[in-house]
Amino acid sequence: MARTSLSRRGFIAASLLAGGGVAFEFALPLGRASAQGRDAAPITAFVRILPDNRVVIGGKNAEIGQGAKTMLPMLIAEELDVAWDSVTVEQTDADATIYGAQSAGGSRTTGREWLPMRQAGGAARAMLLAAAAQEWGVPVASLSSAQGRVIHDASGRSAPYADFAAGAARQTAPDPASLTLKDPSAFQIVGTRVMGVDTPAITQGKPLFGIDVDRPGMLHAVLETCPAVGGRFVSANLDEIRAMPGIEHVVVIEGDGQAESLLDGVAILSKSWWSADQARLALQVEWDTRAVEGYSTQGYAKCAAEALDRGPEKTVLDKGDVASALDGASQRITARYAVPILAHGTLEPQNTTALFTGDAIEIWSPTQNPESGRALVAAALRLEKEAVRIHFTRIGGGFGRRLMGDYMVQAAAIAAKVPGIPVKLLYSRQDEFRRDFFRAGAWHELDAGIDAAGRLTAFRDHYVTFGADGAPSRGAEVAAGIVPANLLADARIEQSLIATNLPTGWLRAPRSNSLGFVLLSFLDEVAQAGGRDLPALLLELLGEEARTIPGSGPREADFQTGRARSVIEKVLVLADWAGRGGLESGRGKGFGFYFSHAGYFAVVVEAQVRDGQVRVPRVWAAGDVGSQIVNPLNAEQQVRGAVIEGLGQALAGQEITQVDGAVEQANFDTHPFMRIDAVPEIEVAFVPSDNGPTGLGEPALPPVVGALVNAVHAATGTRIRKLPLREEDLV
Amino acid sequence: MAIRFTLNGDETTLDVDPAKPLLWTLREDIGLPGTKLGCGAGLCGACTVHVDGVATRSCITPVGLIEGQSVTTIEAAGADPVGRHVVAAWCALDVPQCGYCQAGQIMNATAFLHEVPEPTDADIDAAMAGNLCRCASYTRIRAAIKDAAHKAKEA
Repeated sequence: MARTSLSRRGFIAASLLAGGGVAFEFALPLGRASAQGRDAAPITAFVRILPDNRVVIGGKNAEIGQGAKTMLPMLIAEELDVAWDSVTVEQTDADATIYGAQSAGGSRTTGREWLPMRQAGGAARAMLLAAAAQEWGVPVASLSSAQGRVIHDASGRSAPYADFAAGAARQTAPDPASLTLKDPSAFQIVGTRVMGVDTPAITQGKPLFGIDVDRPGMLHAVLETCPAVGGRFVSANLDEIRAMPGIEHVVVIEGDGQAESLLDGVAILSKSWWSADQARLALQVEWDTRAVEGYSTQGYAKCAAEALDRGPEKTVLDKGDVASALDGASQRITARYAVPILAHGTLEPQNTTALFTGDAIEIWSPTQNPESGRALVAAALRLEKEAVRIHFTRIGGGFGRRLMGDYMVQAAAIAAKVPGIPVKLLYSRQDEFRRDFFRAGAWHELDAGIDAAGRLTAFRDHYVTFGADGAPSRGAEVAAGIVPANLLADARIEQSLIATNLPTGWLRAPRSNSLGFVLLSFLDEVAQAGGRDLPALLLELLGEEARTIPGSGPREADFQTGRARSVIEKVLVLADWAGRGGLESGRGKGFGFYFSHAGYFAVVVEAQVRDGQVRVPRVWAAGDVGSQIVNPLNAEQQVRGAVIEGLGQALAGQEITQVDGAVEQANFDTHPFMRIDAVPEIEVAFVPSDNGPTGLGEPALPPVVGALVNAVHAATGTRIRKLPLREEDLV
Repeated sequence: MAIRFTLNGDETTLDVDPAKPLLWTLREDIGLPGTKLGCGAGLCGACTVHVDGVATRSCITPVGLIEGQSVTTIEAAGADPVGRHVVAAWCALDVPQCGYCQAGQIMNATAFLHEVPEPTDADIDAAMAGNLCRCASYTRIRAAIKDAAHKAKEA
């Protein structure tokens, strides 16, 4: 591709070439800087040096609590070679043409940005040194840097970066590939324990989040949609609501029938969100629910059982000869599992502020996926994408919910009814449960064969989930590359689909958060049937010799058996694993290992069961996410958060149920998340490996639920094949 | 209707519907957005403020009920001698992940430490179980409360 230097609007942008490589275009944001009239010279789109030598670094990615707003600027600051305490981080706007990918999803940020962010810092440093070389009349090779200063060793001269900022901004941008980046042994910021850049502001209650956006003349909106998702608007007592005190506008939103963009609704606008929400209590809407009212939890269970009895609609993976291998096995193990529908429950309710001005729209949104939202808003309002301007806010929890742009479209559609007036749409907690994109339910029938020595020889999984026309719904797919199918000569994965009116979506570690429970519990059954220990069974399957098993698709990372072995062996040492037994009655340990989002995690959960109550006193987790943990302070929190979320999915009673197409849960009392009083001690260890760093938001979660139910089995002899775990299952 | 109360140390008079929850009065009428909406039903603690020193769920507290009382919000948490240590510990241990619940956590922890200056783990669990952290920063919340208790005792 053509590399431009000093282009009119400069940027570093990473783009994927047709051949799969990543190329970088690099130049200077001159247009942006002069337009803003700042007293600081911008050096690349990400770096500005202030006259007092403080450094402003742009944090370009969505911050959902995964630490990207701190971690990416750390990478830039490292190669820029400045002291971290001289850095201020600013959230950039959302604009892929300047900043490249800005989404927070799939634990992909670390892997994607590890090199480009360091290059962005290194490029700015190179330009500062080049400017200094010109000013001092010395060769650039004779200069070095430290702590935000340029140093000329030969003369003993040194000066702060700020002295050269203006000169640096006039430099031709270097070819990123020509930059010499630091050897990791020289890192001074990366790998240290760095506090989140917003932590002080958070503890002072500063307005950082989408819900805190305030614009002059802004109206607040609530949006009522059909309790049964997908119901169409027929009529409502709109005039009565319009006449209520404090109500400014009541508008009917005509949807396109797609939950991903816009469903029918009635929006109530007021100067006060509370007044609008109060008026909603009097709103009476007639919905046409004929197309959606047949869906229910009981109906799904019945349809799924019938599908499992009937046999698969489709084969997703077929290796070797599973039928013969199962027939020839010395023992067969068969079981059915069920996984419930779950909600995300981000603590900050969905919201977006929008100002429509006739031919353009300006949006302030806590979004994990701004470009997707931009495209949806542009399509819904029939605008060019360039006419949609998006400001990022900090995000009060994502977990995958905010990868969807529906709430941005809803706010935009409401704002389009009142041009010139900024409108903030905010969901109530009830709206959250009514308009989520849920983790899909799943039903599995598994079949395994073991030989006389208890070794796993054949594996079959017929899974049923939501979907239509042969395609599983969003987040409900099965990866063909899952353990143990990828390690066996004879394995088959089969699929059948049932219909739902619920939109499904990505919940932290999509697919894997459901499969981890099913596969690890079933493998424990297999191990028990053969008189084996689950970790021993898995280590034997992995083999002594490290090998790489290619991922099953372009987005699936290759599976490296050596890395799996390392984390399994590590966690067994941490947990002092001596088999599941050896503990007093009512206590047990369970093991789990899972590979997802390019990360390898093994966990051991200890459970104590008494009178049907499960307590988890301790959890050990060992993970390999590559050669470098960028910010260990945050990384430990990501793992602990994933562990607790996994435990909560099984133990807190989480399950979305439906009657007549409508979700029955409406708040945290009926769809609970784990609280502090159930939280175990969690020991976290990272096992570094000679691989590029990858993300940590998700991969620690999938092994947790399986390890937990295995611990419950060790403690009680009761096998949990259906979540959530209920007291009656254990007494 | 005019309602009078003390807000973060200042006498305040507001003409507001007495049924309006304190949460929305703070956010909409006073312009203090640090107190957050989580559940709207007293189930998650994100909206916790102090009313006469007692941790109170502002999302279900009609503003009319606080006539004549003293309200402290996260914006003034650091002005309280115990709250100052709680805020400092929250930063020192980098408790927040997404950070959305933390105003409520800090306010609840501060009121609790006034009541129980030297808490055990069990005391902390019992006192903090009403405050949901969806990111599950609980391990550090426990540690930060102990750290703050220790520093407050030394002070």
